Amino acid sequence: MSLLELRKLNKHFGGLHVTNAVDLTLQTGEIHCLIGPNGAGKSTLFRLILGEHHPGSGEIVFAGENITSLKSFARIHRGLSVKFQVPGVFKGLSVRQNLEIALQIRHRGAELEAEIDRLLAFLGLGSEQAQTAGNLSHGQKQWLEIGMAISLKPRLLLLDEPTAGMSPEETHLTGEMVQRLNADGMTVLAIEHDMAFVRQVAQRVTVLHLGQVFAQGSIDEIVADERVAAIYLGQAHA
Amino acid sequence: MTGFLSLFRRLEGPQTVGRGPAFWGLFAVVLAVALVYPLVSDGYTVGNTVYFFVWVFIALSLCLIWGYGGSLSFGQTAFFGIAGYGYGILTINFGSAYGFTLVALVVAVAIAALFAILLGYFMFFGRIAGVFLGIVTLAVTLMLERFMAQTAGPEWRIGSARLNGFNGMSAMPPLTIPWPGEPIVLFADVGLYYFVLGLLIFVYLGLRMLMNSSFGNVIVAIRENPERAEMLGYDVRKYQLITFVIGAALAGLSGLLYTVWGQYITPSSMGMTAAALPLIWVAVGGRSDLTSTVIGTLMVLAAFQALTIYGSQYALVFMGVLLVLTVLIAPNGLVLGAMNWLGRLAARLTQRIG
Repeated sequence: MSLLELRKLNKHFGGLHVTNAVDLTLQTGEIHCLIGPNGAGKSTLFRLILGEHHPGSGEIVFAGENITSLKSFARIHRGLSVKFQVPGVFKGLSVRQNLEIALQIRHRGAELEAEIDRLLAFLGLGSEQAQTAGNLSHGQKQWLEIGMAISLKPRLLLLDEPTAGMSPEETHLTGEMVQRLNADGMTVLAIEHDMAFVRQVAQRVTVLHLGQVFAQGSIDEIVADERVAAIYLGQAHA
Repeated sequence: MTGFLSLFRRLEGPQTVGRGPAFWGLFAVVLAVALVYPLVSDGYTVGNTVYFFVWVFIALSLCLIWGYGGSLSFGQTAFFGIAGYGYGILTINFGSAYGFTLVALVVAVAIAALFAILLGYFMFFGRIAGVFLGIVTLAVTLMLERFMAQTAGPEWRIGSARLNGFNGMSAMPPLTIPWPGEPIVLFADVGLYYFVLGLLIFVYLGLRMLMNSSFGNVIVAIRENPERAEMLGYDVRKYQLITFVIGAALAGLSGLLYTVWGQYITPSSMGMTAAALPLIWVAVGGRSDLTSTVIGTLMVLAAFQALTIYGSQYALVFMGVLLVLTVLIAPNGLVLGAMNWLGRLAARLTQRIG
């Protein structure tokens, strides 16, 4: 069963077609990775899904509902959630308050405090809870934002480069975290350049190139595809 | 009952400086002094203190919208003027019998809030933010000033209330509380002092509870990162509008009390200088904290008045210098900086003793 369907999505800024008739279907329960060279339109596609940009034409269907004209916050209410490319934490507030702001939507009072503690432990940020979020390391900020994104208990989690700036060990831990969330029933769509991460988590991979779907398949099929190697993997793994 | 108690727990929290027995002990002492003060002082000085208190409400409105919400409104004086004129027009027409001045108080503040809903709707739902919000709000207050300044002719009247152009309105009745026997008239000394002090404490504690609630969490989240706040499912525009309207009501309350205090209101209360001064009080005190805003505003006002009386025409220049110094030395506010420093000092001392 499909959870998200992008139908012929077009977005252009002036004469530049950032996404060009993109068709993409996400199955419920899968981990799907979106790869492609810089400027392929990956982040723009996320912005379209989230309603920060509006497509020139095409449709976005989420869980059977056409959400193309919904405002961003309303799409979040339908079960979408995102971690941005540049970690979007509330820099001036404490780590604990960051999580409280995300969790207070679903929980109140003592239950809220318990949920914050549980999430802090899950993210390994327990000892940093009083720290100002702006003072965290880049990797910790990534985790904090992932924590905020998953506190909404979304049906579809969008991750834009979740492992950027992380060490190989941290990247692997993040992969395990994503797999655990997926095992609990969360569908995941991730933009990622780190092929080790993609290999670790992805059940399906879509390659985006010049705003169009260039190739789609399992990670092994994608790696074996010479056309993909020519435009992207070849450069990254040269 | 538990809901009631949890309200009081929100008097303290991450959004407000000051917690624990030490802070509330000091608060009680300050409150006791404030309560006894009129009994040991003369009427003029008490009236002058009321004048200072009156301005604290507009400072708090800016603290809420700008310091906590991150939207710089340059035009809080528009609501100040609307409520001030509103009170004048209502009470000059309908008098002060049967407690009508108290009704006028509520209605005038409500008119200011309604105007804020209208203006705020177009600004926030039109996604106007940052410097443009400042420009729009400033333009609105200056436009109101210009408009009121040209209402000198006899044709500019609402009922029996003449608007009087640049000279402004005057001789509206003071606040009058109906009382068996004789109504209590709150003239600008001891009577009005206790009334305004009560309002001030109510607003201060109310805002503390509001800012430490889940609503307050969303407000500071929007200041820190509106995009992230929206992507947590919050309708940012709605929260900004509500904050703006609460702020407008507070600025309106300030203008109304000012009108009651001096029994006059003029267009210049919505002018450029009037619009700029609250920004300085709030910035110097510490815009992101309620307590710092109250202390800072009272201190700067007292210093400004002393300079105007004893010093010279240089008082406004001094205000400018003060603002520049604040930005350079303590960008988050001098009072807030000092309070944070004291807090760290106290923590270190208790650590050493322990």
